[in-house]
Amino acid sequence: MKNSVPIVWMKGISKVYRSEGVETVALRNINLTINKGEFIAITGRSGSGKSTLMHLIGLLDTPTSGAYKLNGVDVSKLDEDSLASQRNVEIGFVFQSFNLLPRATSLENVTLPAIYAGVSEEERLERATKLLTEIGLEDQLNKRPNQMSGGQQQRVAIARALMNDPELILADEPTGNLDTKSGEDVMNTLKKLNKDDKTIVLITHEKDIANQAKRMLHLEDGEIK
Amino acid sequence: MDLRELITLSIHAIAVNKLRSFLTTLGIVIGVFSIIVLVSIGSGINSYVTSQISSLGSNIFEVLPGGEGNIFGGFLSTNLKLSDSKNIQRNLAGIGKVTPILQQAAIIKYKNVKIKDAFVGGVSYEYPQVVTSLKMKYGNFFTKSQEASGAPIVVLGYKINEHFFKNRNPIGKRIYVGEKQYTVIAVADKTGTVFGAFDRDNIVYIPVELAQSQFGTSYIRQIVISADSKELIPIAIKRVETTLLKRLTKDDFTIETADSISETVSNVTNVLSLALGGIAGISLLVGGIGVANIMLVSVTERTREIGLRKALGAKRSDILKQFLLESIMISVGGGLIGIALGMAASLIIAKILVSQVTAWSILIAFGFSVLVGVVFGMAPAIRASKLNPIDALRYE
Repeated sequence: MKNSVPIVWMKGISKVYRSEGVETVALRNINLTINKGEFIAITGRSGSGKSTLMHLIGLLDTPTSGAYKLNGVDVSKLDEDSLASQRNVEIGFVFQSFNLLPRATSLENVTLPAIYAGVSEEERLERATKLLTEIGLEDQLNKRPNQMSGGQQQRVAIARALMNDPELILADEPTGNLDTKSGEDVMNTLKKLNKDDKTIVLITHEKDIANQAKRMLHLEDGEIK
Repeated sequence: MDLRELITLSIHAIAVNKLRSFLTTLGIVIGVFSIIVLVSIGSGINSYVTSQISSLGSNIFEVLPGGEGNIFGGFLSTNLKLSDSKNIQRNLAGIGKVTPILQQAAIIKYKNVKIKDAFVGGVSYEYPQVVTSLKMKYGNFFTKSQEASGAPIVVLGYKINEHFFKNRNPIGKRIYVGEKQYTVIAVADKTGTVFGAFDRDNIVYIPVELAQSQFGTSYIRQIVISADSKELIPIAIKRVETTLLKRLTKDDFTIETADSISETVSNVTNVLSLALGGIAGISLLVGGIGVANIMLVSVTERTREIGLRKALGAKRSDILKQFLLESIMISVGGGLIGIALGMAASLIIAKILVSQVTAWSILIAFGFSVLVGVVFGMAPAIRASKLNPIDALRYE
């Protein structure tokens, strides 16, 4: 029965920013269901609300109104620390600018989510080595970000996203800072992960990248079109 | 995240900015160093003076002119008479020994050699039994009958004999004390103690009546009493009081025991230690502000790192602990270096002046450096822990 629970279930989600008495509606009445194993691209121009939606899906922000269940858990009323735990277990983030710790090695960067999950050091290093090897970076284990190419750095970030074996990979413009070749490599990695039953949510403004997903969602002025 | 991981993390973060961390630590090092050194000097003075007092003899107490709390005024007082000392001696027969003391600076001379900074102590024949630390090197201290005879006799202190006779036996030689000639009958052994401004090796002892007539005074400076045992001290004090109150009032004299003198000295030196420690504490405070400052810079610099850690699952408390531990490690590291340097410096000072490293000053210094780390690291750590992950990730 567990497989029938959608990974993302949103109903009537709105996000309103208030600043100096002015209300800005970033998202209005979003209804969204993403099932396990989907590969979905969320597109839209800048200002369309796709970043806000990504933050909400990724539990980096909370909605103004509406209900959100992540993997069956109602997360719309959780406090900051509980959200942190949910992010840690359920979501793997891949960012446009990689966001690797500049002074940490690939191994150290990849192990980071597991540190906050309370996994033992031995287990962490074993798993991080395995993930980096699978992703083709077995000879970069002790390299620092500035010693690697952008494509390699993004693959380290993907390995990091997989560290706690989350159901959902949230990739925010993952190819935005990469050349075409590296971008393709990253997309192929994401497709392979999807084949291995990971749910991928890809945020992008590039049509040809979005087209590689199985399903596409277009945002305009805070609404799904 | 367990403590070991947090410590590793902090060491890495501190090591990234080696020079900056070192300079920040230096503020704490200097603060803790000054606390250890200054408090050690205070303690050193205390134990030095206390040991000097107890070297006089364990069951000793003394009568000083002037009322309680007016001991300094008592230096000018002429209340105490030789007869008081004699009355006390009579009433303490069997439970204690008594000597009057009348001391004064004087020029003493042997042939052409002069000593200008020596003291003359007019005392009674019981003096060596009262101040038991005084031993004779040559001859014997004057006796009751020698004192009563009024013969001009003198006992030399160790340094005086060293100066005049190169430590050889001078018995029978004649020296001048002021204008008057005295015959040397004994030489005291080295005591090595200084009491107040009073070097007990740079002194000559003469019978107290001779001292009175030579100095033209009718009073005495103090009466020193040694009870025959510790248990007899309270009885002896009582009898001394009763004896003196027959002629004088309570405001005319003060009885000081070795304990009460030690206590007074301890009070003074403790205040001194506290004052010195307090001054040093200010530099530690300044060091702490330096830590807070650097931690704030560090939090700002690592905003993106904080955002990332939070996005990846770090709770508020994880971030708080991380930054708090970093500031604690900077200040405790500085504290440990400061303690080591302070102890080394105190050992060197102890060879030249007086200094005594005490366990409590180390504990307090260490405690304060931990406290500084916590107090001054708290605000930056809280600021870090409250950062919103989205804003922090966007931060350039």
